[in-house]
Amino acid sequence: MNFWIIQGLNGLAFGSLLFILASGFSLIFGLMRIVNLSHGAYFMLGAYVGLSAIEAGVNFWIAILIGGGAICILGTVIERFILRRLTGQPLAQVLVTLGIAFIIADTCVWIWTGDPRPVPMPHELAGAFRISHLAFPIYRLFVIGVAFVLAAALWFLLERSRLGAMIRAGVDDLTMARAMGIRTSLLFSVVFCLGSALAGAGGVLAGPILSVYPGLDTDMLPLALVVVILGGVGSLLGAFVGSLIIGFIYSYGQALFPDLAYMILFLPMVLVLTLRPTGLFGKQAF
Amino acid sequence: MLCFRILLSTTVLATLALAPAQAAEPLKVGFMTVRSGALAAGGRQMEEGLKLCMDEHHGEMAGRKIDLITADTAGQPAVAKTKVQELVERDGAQVLIGPLAAFEALAIDDYIRQTKTPIISPSAAAEDLTQRKLNPWFVRAVGTSAQAHHPLGEYAAKDLHYKKIAIIADDFAFGHEIAASFQRTFEENGGKIVQKLWSPLNTAEYGTYITQIDPDVDAVFAAFAGGNGIKFLSEYKNYGMQKPVLGAMTTVDEGILKRMGSEAVGVISSGWYSAAIDTPANKKFVEAVRKAYGADPGYYTVGAYMACQFLNNALEQVKGDISNKEAFMKALRNVNIPESPYGPVKLDKYGQPILDITIRKVEKKDGRLQNVVIKTYPAVSQFWTYGADQFLKSPVYSRDWTPAK
Repeated sequence: MNFWIIQGLNGLAFGSLLFILASGFSLIFGLMRIVNLSHGAYFMLGAYVGLSAIEAGVNFWIAILIGGGAICILGTVIERFILRRLTGQPLAQVLVTLGIAFIIADTCVWIWTGDPRPVPMPHELAGAFRISHLAFPIYRLFVIGVAFVLAAALWFLLERSRLGAMIRAGVDDLTMARAMGIRTSLLFSVVFCLGSALAGAGGVLAGPILSVYPGLDTDMLPLALVVVILGGVGSLLGAFVGSLIIGFIYSYGQALFPDLAYMILFLPMVLVLTLRPTGLFGKQAF
Repeated sequence: MLCFRILLSTTVLATLALAPAQAAEPLKVGFMTVRSGALAAGGRQMEEGLKLCMDEHHGEMAGRKIDLITADTAGQPAVAKTKVQELVERDGAQVLIGPLAAFEALAIDDYIRQTKTPIISPSAAAEDLTQRKLNPWFVRAVGTSAQAHHPLGEYAAKDLHYKKIAIIADDFAFGHEIAASFQRTFEENGGKIVQKLWSPLNTAEYGTYITQIDPDVDAVFAAFAGGNGIKFLSEYKNYGMQKPVLGAMTTVDEGILKRMGSEAVGVISSGWYSAAIDTPANKKFVEAVRKAYGADPGYYTVGAYMACQFLNNALEQVKGDISNKEAFMKALRNVNIPESPYGPVKLDKYGQPILDITIRKVEKKDGRLQNVVIKTYPAVSQFWTYGADQFLKSPVYSRDWTPAK
């Protein structure tokens, strides 16, 4: 019984990290149809920026904002000056984002050297939470909480706010939205900023668990892709459910079938793509 | 362009062939390191170690100037293969130092045999390179995976009196070899490995593994490479785990120890090197590294430094003349350095150093974490106490070497 509880919590915590990463990816793809392969690199760069801020004496919570803010700016610049020139050329966009991912990765090695660096966690969340002989890190419980709050906030933003209504209009029919007078150019920038900021802030938040190292980007990107494809591209609910499913599969799979850990992770994606190409909650096909 | 190249290479070849006594010419040494990708940290430390040794010799060995040509393999076997060809065929490297990773070394193994280029490994620890798949042109300047961990298994059983241990290790050859060697000597001395967990090299988070560790064990042996030791130890602490941790040499290597905190204190590990070894030769070396790079030397720094010292020692034996490659290889296998950061170093006939292995414990000293030496096993062979013949009869250490009981 203990096994199921503790691995369930592990899965929930990892799924929460995945959601923070994947929600930004899904948001950007949903509106702009850009498969942003730099998303993993944004995540890593955000973590590095946050780490430097913490080392400069900044409080952990502010560091999350700095990490998110820096990546928002970077993302917006890239969207404005590079991706926008390639509108309507999905292949070129994918390749450009891949190239940017490599550039960011090598720049990180150059600035922060290749040493793996743990991000110090805030003191108030250090240590383990104990009930009888079960122990679970407090910080992970906190991350789970953050993911649920974020999910609720994003849901509110998309479903209940004016900005959300504009984004949904853009997702459903971009030409029509533009004809209705929605400033899609500004909308694109806002969404790209928000999606990138989620990756950057997520990187800082994940830092105490995953630490930062060259290769963090390529470790996380495939997981985000799996989540998004499984859940349905562009669907927030899909990203949420997908993240939790992958989180559980990751922890139970590694514990129960350690030799098949990777197969178990990608098998559901293959099945879903075959049986329901739009993903669990997606509306449109790829 | 092609014509020009052919012309150029023929000229070079002709010059080489005609040169009667090449002692005056610079010796071209090809150095394979890693500057990009996940292994870049180790690559940088190798470059630092090598540079320190070259500076010590003022760029000259046995009267010959050393012409160092550096190539970046990106830590990828395919790139390593291309780079080694460039080094040998285009740049005319006569001796090689490198590469960093074992799979790179395996990838260029055939090429080394074909071209008969002497190569000194500053890092790659894969057992069979100096055992069952012996390459006559290959000499290692570091220990093998098992060499450092046979003693630790014995130490855990005999000195620490542990009875039951769980192993968690990286799921690749290096981790398998370390785990199996530890298990072998631990169990031969009355201990029992009750659990083996293999985590993929790029495991995102160790929570799922840490929570599986059998609560009844006396200790956990954690064998990790690269930066995984950092992740594992900090999460181990966050999960409120209390059992003592034994580490592989690379779990708490100085290269990453500088990034760790209180979670590493008390970890006992073994290795052929510790920056805290208290000998004049090592103190001098550590001081030089600290002065130049502001950190303690670890696995990669000392490995590359020693590879370069091996080269120097062999060149002095042949008086800088490597025109007879067989004689040079003989000299390389005959390397004998009585005082080095490692301690005394001699090679066995397989091209593998016989090294003092130390048991180290992480302690905070002089304001930084150090691997303080608590016991030394002198002159340890890659075959431990089994003898080469008996050792080589059994298959190379692997994942399933002996199942956990």
